[in-house]
Amino acid sequence: MTPLVTITDLDKSFPGVKALKKARFDLFPGEVHALMGENGAGKSTLMKVLAGIYRKDAGEICIEGVPVDIASPRAAQDLGISIIHQELNLMNDLTAAQNIFIGREPKQAMGLLLDEDALNRNAASIFERMHLKLDPRAEVGGLTVAKQQMVEIARALSFRSKVLIMDEPTAALNNAEIAELFSIIRKLKDDGVGIVYISHKMDELKEISDRVTVMRDGEYVGTVPTASTSVDTIISMMVGRSLTETKTEIPDLSRHDVVLEVRNLQRGNAIKDVSFKLRKGEILGFAGLMGAGRTEVARAIFGADPLDGGEIIVRGDPVTIRSPRDAVRLGIGYLSEDRKRFGLATGMDVAANIVMPCLNRFLSMKMFLQARAIRETARSYIARLRIKTPSDAQEVRFLSGGNQQKIVIAKWLARDCEILFFDEPTRGIDVGAKNEIYKLLNALAEQGRAIVMISSELPEILRMSHRIAVMCEGRLTGELQAEGATQEDIMRLATQRRSLTADAPGARVEGAIA
Amino acid sequence: MTTIVDKESRSVISSAVLSQGTWQKILAFASLIALMVVFSVASENFLQPDNLIGILQATAVNGVLAVAATFVIITGGIDLSVGTLMTFCAVIAGVFLTYWGMPMPVGILAAIVAGALCGSVSGTLIAKMKIPPFIATLGMMMLLKGLALVISGTRPIYFNDTPNFPMISQDSLIGAVLPFLPIPNGVLILFIVAIVSSLVLTRTAFGRYTFALGSNEEAVRLSGVNTDFWKIMVYTVSGGICGIAGLIIASRLNSAQPALGQGYELDAIAAVVIGGTSLSGGRGTILGTIIGALIISVLTNGLRILSVAQEWQTVVTGIIIILAVYADILRRRT
Repeated sequence: MTPLVTITDLDKSFPGVKALKKARFDLFPGEVHALMGENGAGKSTLMKVLAGIYRKDAGEICIEGVPVDIASPRAAQDLGISIIHQELNLMNDLTAAQNIFIGREPKQAMGLLLDEDALNRNAASIFERMHLKLDPRAEVGGLTVAKQQMVEIARALSFRSKVLIMDEPTAALNNAEIAELFSIIRKLKDDGVGIVYISHKMDELKEISDRVTVMRDGEYVGTVPTASTSVDTIISMMVGRSLTETKTEIPDLSRHDVVLEVRNLQRGNAIKDVSFKLRKGEILGFAGLMGAGRTEVARAIFGADPLDGGEIIVRGDPVTIRSPRDAVRLGIGYLSEDRKRFGLATGMDVAANIVMPCLNRFLSMKMFLQARAIRETARSYIARLRIKTPSDAQEVRFLSGGNQQKIVIAKWLARDCEILFFDEPTRGIDVGAKNEIYKLLNALAEQGRAIVMISSELPEILRMSHRIAVMCEGRLTGELQAEGATQEDIMRLATQRRSLTADAPGARVEGAIA
Repeated sequence: MTTIVDKESRSVISSAVLSQGTWQKILAFASLIALMVVFSVASENFLQPDNLIGILQATAVNGVLAVAATFVIITGGIDLSVGTLMTFCAVIAGVFLTYWGMPMPVGILAAIVAGALCGSVSGTLIAKMKIPPFIATLGMMMLLKGLALVISGTRPIYFNDTPNFPMISQDSLIGAVLPFLPIPNGVLILFIVAIVSSLVLTRTAFGRYTFALGSNEEAVRLSGVNTDFWKIMVYTVSGGICGIAGLIIASRLNSAQPALGQGYELDAIAAVVIGGTSLSGGRGTILGTIIGALIISVLTNGLRILSVAQEWQTVVTGIIIILAVYADILRRRT
């Protein structure tokens, strides 16, 4: 059988970084081929070359055995190659259907007018094929991230692509949505579509992929069949060493001071009567489905969004937090799940980003920047967190997602906050870097910092948390001691909707958190 | 040791390669030189010292305004009021010196403070009331134009009681020390403003936040930085610099002309853009802006020497702006 795609000896450089060195990849019809590697390994770059977003420097790409030059995303589409990006590319003010058929709108009246009806019908039929309940007329900006992702997938499907590249498609999806996605992928496989699947989630790869190709530092490491290869083998191929997963030992924190207490937090429909306590040295896991209100709670405490009501008590003193500035002054830091929008000034360099929250410390006469001290601090964090960057003067936008995330973490470490909110700290981050971040979180807790870790990945919650708070639809539905808690326990609380608990007299008791 | 040096030099090289602003500056500087070469070949009058000083003199006002606009544009904002604010400040100087007979330093201070205050009003409208910069400063532009006319009774205010006032821009301190370099004070002020502004932008927290605001304001806010305050500061500083421009122009005309000013903002923005500052914010340099302002002056002067009609000069300036921005876009497309 001729492979759909054969890539050989591909080179690609960016200013200061050699992203791909003789990279290789092939893809057969009807297969799901997973592409793995640590952050900065070159997976996304390789796929962006295939999708016509970047031009290759050297090497060959064959589509069904024929060498091709993919000069633009349009050329890639014409060759039947579609890509679904990690960061969604949707026009928020247009409807789902308008997004899917942008540039290919059905026309009427001799091509002068758009045929909105046909447009919506076509979109609806794709949604039907995906078993997706979504109004084609819905404005995309008002949809959840998961639904937006589904719209992206629908757009790719609408091209009748032979090759479908998915870059971290499940990063923002919950389990039900992932199952839905997988059933769509299986259907596409049966139709003979070749799927490139980039993900860091091992269990997913085991479930969905046929072969795995591993990359490291822009180079090809090897290709193995998924079924007969152990996860450990794949991980050691990725990192060039083997990793040991260790469960956090849960310290006895009952004597530690409560550094943050929140009482009856209220904000519209997003936060309903949320109360909890956080002790020094504790890692409190915040579990729940997408849209459960966890991020909203963190942002409200951090002063990023206004509150309707509730009390915040920091180290025993009731405080008013009107802005992030107030929060930071009280030693509260927040690491957003969306680092590009909320975490980084991507047009600025690494050093400038790291010292952003604590620039005051690097001023002489309260005015002039101490360039040398800034650079030294930045370099120490680059070394400590193993941030892959040519220098501290590199613009952040040229770095990979995982390295950008490390810069956000470095930012708050440099600020030396006592209370840290980590919102999906390992989203889009590979296994090796994940472990580093876990170690970092544990080290921070041991130093006595109090950590709230919001995560949608249950294994991560169970592995890292000392205590687990679960949210559903803006309410805290329960709290679990991490010791002995199971994924099932969490899911039960995470799906405990109001309608099911409203008339149960015990519901409030369960909702209260000591 | 060698490895450290290697890393150092590599980072220097890569940042030089990466910084598009640098490329744009080189390009702008090369265009400036090329223009000067063309004009000096075309006309022997062009390179005459008097003419060159005339060019610098003509750059002083627009240059200072462009520096003011650079601060705002780096934050991703725009200031349409710089021209009429300049005039307003000149009128304020006239009120203090001519109407009220105050001593000259008081008049100078009043003009700069008036500029800063008006800037802080613009900044507050934008940062606190969330009015888009284009609209807020459009409103300020008209408001200040009207106020200048009201205060002055629509008549020019002459500085007859302050005989030293023309010295602010017309005398030459440099010429007094170095007789072969009779560069007028207006130009000296431009250079001082430019150098101080450049230092402020690159070496101070204020400058760092200016760039950060243009790069990703929300991320900066979530870093615990008081973004509203710094944004108001940027417009305040920009306004103060417009006050300085007002003094230069009033001093050169020995009068505050209340009808003048509108249109200057577009020349200033043109200089900023030609100099490689991105209108979407986050990047830009004062040096680039000065080169941009010089390009406009050289072009105007050269075309006049070649007896090209005024209306055609405007056409050429328009083309230059478009070419400059397109060159920048080509640079970015890697």
